[in-house]
Amino acid sequence: MTNSKEYHRLLDLQELEVDLFLHALNSQFGYDFREYNKAHIIRRLVFRTKALGLNSITELQHKLLHEKGFIETILRDLSISVTEMFRDPSFYIRIRKEVLPILKTYPYIKIWHAGCATGEEVYSFAIMLQEEKLLDRTQIYATDFNPIVLETARKGIYPIARIKDYTSNYQAAGGTRSFSDYYIAKYDSVILDQRLRTNIVFAEHNLVTDSVFTEAHLIVCRNVLIYFNKSLQAKVVALFKNSLIKGGYLGLGSKESLMFTGLADQFVVIDEKEKIFKLKLQ
Amino acid sequence: MKEQSFKYEAIVIGTSAGGLMALKTILSALPAHFSMPLLIVQHLAPRSEGFLAHYLNNTSAIHVKEASPYDMILAGNAFIAPPNYHMLVENDRTISLTVSQKENYARPSINVLFDSAARVYKEKLIGLILTGANNDGSQGIVQIKAAGGLTIAQDPQTAEAAIMPQMAINTNCVDKVLKLNEIANLLIALDDNPTQ
Repeated sequence: MTNSKEYHRLLDLQELEVDLFLHALNSQFGYDFREYNKAHIIRRLVFRTKALGLNSITELQHKLLHEKGFIETILRDLSISVTEMFRDPSFYIRIRKEVLPILKTYPYIKIWHAGCATGEEVYSFAIMLQEEKLLDRTQIYATDFNPIVLETARKGIYPIARIKDYTSNYQAAGGTRSFSDYYIAKYDSVILDQRLRTNIVFAEHNLVTDSVFTEAHLIVCRNVLIYFNKSLQAKVVALFKNSLIKGGYLGLGSKESLMFTGLADQFVVIDEKEKIFKLKLQ
Repeated sequence: MKEQSFKYEAIVIGTSAGGLMALKTILSALPAHFSMPLLIVQHLAPRSEGFLAHYLNNTSAIHVKEASPYDMILAGNAFIAPPNYHMLVENDRTISLTVSQKENYARPSINVLFDSAARVYKEKLIGLILTGANNDGSQGIVQIKAAGGLTIAQDPQTAEAAIMPQMAINTNCVDKVLKLNEIANLLIALDDNPTQ
C-alpha cells in the first residue's frame, strides 16, 4: 500500500496544481476555466506536461507565465476543437423542418454560433440556409474565445481526408445538391465556396466572461455546455436566453439539456432528441 | 490485519469486439441489490443510439442507462458511455462527457474513463477489461493499479477477441485473470462481503 499512498499524494498534488494553474491562466491571461469540469482539464494538462517532458503541472505553469507565446499551446489544449460538417445530420433535418420555416417569416435573420471552434458547423448552416434561399438575408455571427481556431474558421479550408464523411453527413442531413458543389479540392485540402462566408462574421467572444452578444433568432451551441459545471452551464444558458428574441430558438448538443439550468420553464421543447428549444413569447 | 471498513466504491469496465455478450453475461448475473455502480465503455459505431443500454437494461436486474452529463454515480446503476463521447468521473462522483480527441482511435476511450475514475476512487476502484481487439484500456489498468485498485482481465482464452485482455495482462498490472462467470461471482462476493 505504501506505493499507492505515494501515488495518492501525487494525484492530490495534481488537483492543487491544476487549481493554481487555472488561477494563473485567468489572472494573467483572462481565460477562465475554473468552472469547467475538472476531469477533462486535468487530463489535458497532464497530457501536455508529459508531452513536453516536464515533471509537474507546476513546471507547466512556469512555462505559461514566463515563456512568450506558450499560452497558444495551452488554449489549443483546452479548446473544444473537435467538430465536423453536418455533425449529427438528424439535427440539421429537424432545424430545416421545424425552425427554418418560422425563420423565413422574418425579413432579416440573425444566427449566433457560440463556441464555433474551427467553423465546420457554421459553414454547414450557411449551406443549408443557401439551399433554403435564406442565406442572403441572414447574418451569421460565429464566435469562439480562441483566436487561433477562429482564424481557421475564417479561412474555410479543411483537410480533404474528411470530405468523404462530410459528404455522407451532408446527404443524411437532407442536402439537396451535390456536396462537391460547395468546395474546390486543392492538394490535400478543400476550399469551401467563398460566397458561403459573405454573411458570416467571425468574432472573439468568451461565453464565460463576456456578456450578451446580439438579439438572435437562433443560437446554436453544440457540445460546449458539456464541458461546464452546473453553475457555469446555468450562467451561459441565461446569457443565451438574454441574447435571443422572444420566440427565438436554441440548438444544443445531443447530450445537453436545460434540466439543471433553472431555465427549462422559459423554453418550449421543439425536439427532445435533437435538443432544439424555443424561448417562450412571454 | 484487514481493514474492516474497506470497500470498493465503483467498477469500471472496458471492452470492444464481442463486448455485448460479455457484458450481458456479467450484468445479468448481478442481483438487483448489487450496490457498486458500474461505468462501462464499449467501443461502438458512432450512431448506435442507446441500443446497448436498452438491451442490457432488459436483460439485467440492475438499472442500466446511457450516461448523461451530471448523472450521479449511485449504487445499483450501470452507466454506458454514449457513442462518440468520452465518459469521465468528476470529484463529486458525477459523470461528465466530452467530445474531445479520440484516444487509441476510440471515442469513448477506455483509458479516459479508467484514468479519471482512478483519480477519484483511488484504491476503492475495480477495473475490468473484457474481450476486445485493440489495446485501449491497458494504460488505464496501469493507473488503477498504481492507485491501489483491483484489476481484473477476462481470461483471453475464453474471450471472443483475446487482444484487449492480453494487452492488459502484459502490463503486469492485472491482479486476476478470470472467466466471465468467475468475474461475476467475484464481484458479487466483494459486494456482499466488503472485507474479502
